[in-house]
Amino acid sequence: MSVSEPGRPWPNAPLVFERSREGRRAGRPPRPDLPVPELPDGLGRTSPPRLPELSEPELVRHFTTLADRTFGVDTGFYPLGSCTMKHNPRVHERLAALPGFRDLHPHQEDAAAQGALELMWRLQEMLAEIAGLPAVTLQPAAGSQGELTGLMLMRAYFEDRGEERDTIITADTAHGTNPASVTMAGYKLELVETDARGNLDLDDLRGKVNERTAGLMLTNPSTLGLFDEGIEEVARIFHDAGALLYYDGANLNAVVGISRPGDMGFDIVHYNLHKTFSQPHGGGGPGGGPVAVRDRIAPFLPVPRVVREGDAFRLDHDHPKSIGRVRGFGGPFGVFVRSYAFMRAYGPALREMSEVAVLNANYVLARLKDVYDLPYDRLCMHEFVLSARTLKRQHGITALDVAKRLMDYGIHPPTIYFPLVVPEALMVEPTETEPKERLDEFVDAMRAIAREAAESPETLKSAPHGRPVRRLDEVRAAKQPVLRYDFGERERADATA
Amino acid sequence: MSSGYLSLTDADRDEMLAAIGVSSVDELFEQVPPGVRFGRDLDVPPALGEAELVRHVEELAARNVHTGAELSFLGAGIYDHYVPSVADVVLARGEFLTAYTPYQPEMSQGVLQAIFEYQTVICELTGMDVSNASGYDGATVAADAVFVAKHALPGRTKVVLAETVNPQVRQVVKTYAPGFGLEVVEVPHANGATDPDAVAAVAGDAAAVLFQQPNFLGALEPAPELAEAAREAGTVPIVHVDPMSLGVLEAPGAYGAAIAIGEGQAAGNWPSYGGPHYGFLAARSEFTRRMPGRIVGETVDADGRRAFVLTLQTREQHIRREKATSNITTNQTLLAFAGLATLSWLGPQGLREVGETCLAIAQYARERIPLEPAFAAPAFKEVAFRTPLPAREVVRRAREQGVHPGYVLGRDYEGMDDVLLVALTEKRTVEDVDRLADVLEEVCR
Amino acid sequence: MAAAESYPDDLRYHPEHDWARIDGDEATLGITWFAQDSLGELVHFEPPEVGSTVVKDGAAGEVESVKAVSDVIAPLSGEVLEVNQKALDEPEIVNEDPYGEGWLMRIRLSDPSEADSLMDAAAYTAHVADQ
Repeated sequence: MSVSEPGRPWPNAPLVFERSREGRRAGRPPRPDLPVPELPDGLGRTSPPRLPELSEPELVRHFTTLADRTFGVDTGFYPLGSCTMKHNPRVHERLAALPGFRDLHPHQEDAAAQGALELMWRLQEMLAEIAGLPAVTLQPAAGSQGELTGLMLMRAYFEDRGEERDTIITADTAHGTNPASVTMAGYKLELVETDARGNLDLDDLRGKVNERTAGLMLTNPSTLGLFDEGIEEVARIFHDAGALLYYDGANLNAVVGISRPGDMGFDIVHYNLHKTFSQPHGGGGPGGGPVAVRDRIAPFLPVPRVVREGDAFRLDHDHPKSIGRVRGFGGPFGVFVRSYAFMRAYGPALREMSEVAVLNANYVLARLKDVYDLPYDRLCMHEFVLSARTLKRQHGITALDVAKRLMDYGIHPPTIYFPLVVPEALMVEPTETEPKERLDEFVDAMRAIAREAAESPETLKSAPHGRPVRRLDEVRAAKQPVLRYDFGERERADATA
Repeated sequence: MSSGYLSLTDADRDEMLAAIGVSSVDELFEQVPPGVRFGRDLDVPPALGEAELVRHVEELAARNVHTGAELSFLGAGIYDHYVPSVADVVLARGEFLTAYTPYQPEMSQGVLQAIFEYQTVICELTGMDVSNASGYDGATVAADAVFVAKHALPGRTKVVLAETVNPQVRQVVKTYAPGFGLEVVEVPHANGATDPDAVAAVAGDAAAVLFQQPNFLGALEPAPELAEAAREAGTVPIVHVDPMSLGVLEAPGAYGAAIAIGEGQAAGNWPSYGGPHYGFLAARSEFTRRMPGRIVGETVDADGRRAFVLTLQTREQHIRREKATSNITTNQTLLAFAGLATLSWLGPQGLREVGETCLAIAQYARERIPLEPAFAAPAFKEVAFRTPLPAREVVRRAREQGVHPGYVLGRDYEGMDDVLLVALTEKRTVEDVDRLADVLEEVCR
Repeated sequence: MAAAESYPDDLRYHPEHDWARIDGDEATLGITWFAQDSLGELVHFEPPEVGSTVVKDGAAGEVESVKAVSDVIAPLSGEVLEVNQKALDEPEIVNEDPYGEGWLMRIRLSDPSEADSLMDAAAYTAHVADQ
């Protein structure tokens, strides 16, 4: 285990606009020997956009420099809780780039896209099996959009039944997307508390579920990394009130092949293909958020849907009760290729993926719980939450300080300050693709940091020391927002002021 | 272990179980109640090793007729522009590919700086003050923009859409509108374009007016007049634009739009059967605090070095939760980076030349193809033609000869079963158009 | 530079960490030391509109730090007469002087008897200790 030396030189990273020089260019598009028609008055460009002007060598260097300043799963351990930063198999890139996929126009006739449609259909089938729910849409572009789709499905379902329900219940540990989705779907939000064991507080819940309740949004295991031991009773409470249960699939990596959300009692499920099924995170995206539902909710699924008729596959638009379209085309197809390949590589052994994810998390938890505060004294699932509360009280060292110091150990920090119910939270999700040595390195680093908190807290407070930048002035970024390059306008303005 | 992605050996497992204090992996799952335990193996196809996997997936890919396998003039929202090899530099670097949202800025300066550059490029193209870090696609950013308008003008109950806006964009807005408490009103096209007076007539209590330039029928709209009609009615004018047109077409910010959105695919992404791509959304500065999605800002670090960081995060779901400006978390960063690389590769000259080539080759197609143009309005890169037989049949016959002649507008518009939308890009040559003309001549006999 | 912790005796306090300085039929409102400490350095104050009505226990604008946003809860009901321009221009003044220059708004009370339900400094200090 080594700590990076302070003062390691990082080369400068000018903006692409700063590398520009007037008159330089890289691309030369074809220019046929044809006249260019004039545009009607008022429609033509009056002032050219100030795009970068540089030749290819500098352009390649530019992006290489930026990549060098970025830490990915390919670089090292990245235990960002609730994000499932597992290894992204390289073969997927080769497959997604096959011309038959990459160059396939989405408006192509169904008969000329049978390979793509079959891949989508097979993916749907596997997702349905994993969720234990029969009807699937692949259309939503990400988990958040899957959530919104699920809520819109609920609304359509109840409207069709003539029932007026206006409230969605979520856990107080819920990811922020849950309440945000509730608002976008036009529902009201009610929170239910988590008990001392990390399960939903059933008494609190019973008091809040009534005939106005449309449903529950829950992730299980929760953002605390704990499986809700009362989930069967939770499902009964909602179903008895005529309400539905929605499963946020963010933590599905813990239970694939072990427990199916449909069997837990959930009626609608979204998956995060970029978490559980290895679509690379891409610096923030793309993702995929398919949704699976019970048969009685299927009529409301978005269109188009991929259906099979004998040996042929097609896009079916004929669903009069559908909520409509949530995204262009059938969804982010390139993401489907990767997730499909991932699932085909495992086969039924997808269960082992989850078993190892849970084993890895429990191993790290077991070796850290004597050094950090453990809010819920239970075995965890695929992730766990510790607290730096005692470090803060005794040495003034916060979860933020721990995170920044981890960077000096060559490790990406875990999620911090979430879930909100745990003060100074550190949410750690190792994933199944980490070998034991990486886990041991992480444990050693976290234990060293706890020691440093007592012995040399100033090292933690001033961390990181080995990255291209030190801690940032985020207050300034919010108070004086500079959200694009100003091409020296500010300088010129200051000069003439 | 069954998979090459897992590293666990028997020795590892035994050591780890001992450290945890349990005797088997099954014990770790005792917290899962027996009533919800899955009692059998997953019924999914058997595992494939890498070589077998590649063979299986290649077989699926081979059954698709892609743009390299036939001469294709399909457009209608997704375009076959040239994707330069520098875009691969971005897409292939493992750091960009496998990093996530740059919540820890010290670990992610590369991603943050690239997003800042992307935001700048989008603002330059659209003439706007602020851009986000991308949305899902060109259709969902329309819903995002309408949500912004709704919050800016609470109490307004409608959103006005030009019928000439991409049908998928309108469908997505219609799906989201009930949750926003907004009624959707559509303005029918007039000979392929939109009449500003028709917009003014219905925009009275609308939060926003959305139109598209160039529109879905390939025609150029009277964009400044449409923006003015929207403004006069007190609404938020939203324009959906083609990024590859903005070297020759006026920036929406210059003619009075408040929000500019679009599908980024044409700039730097392969068609990929519909995705993943990236939507862009940029707005005037007064909308900064209402912008949905991530935004990167410039600041300094503790040593005074310039640095980049996610900022104004209090708009977003992880802080503002139920009052967030959007629920979006994961977006389309990697695809937006390919867009940045492509637009940087083109530069202002190159983008203008692409635009001029599109105008020129579309005009050539208009003259050379032996069919009547369906609309009088001038085109950018797509021309709609009337076909003497159903356009679907024209497509079927042409494809038999290895040419996909274009999109059947009758799929979305009443009375247009005999209208074919032909898309041209800088990748289509005079010879390509000649071949299309010959094939159409023959199949339309 | 944030102020030292204090809860002045001449103010009345709301459990959601807002204060009121009552002066006849008007009151000046703001957020307490505890509130600004929890939020961190303020970067933005989104005020209610002058002329609008705020309702006791309801939201009267918002304050934001880098990592959090919080409703300003009106301790008392009334019409908004004035909003503190300094808090708009330099929100950090709320951290530095939450009861003085960091005041947020002035209202004309619609129901002065509401003040009876607010806490005094001692009660509020005890309330904060429980948080």
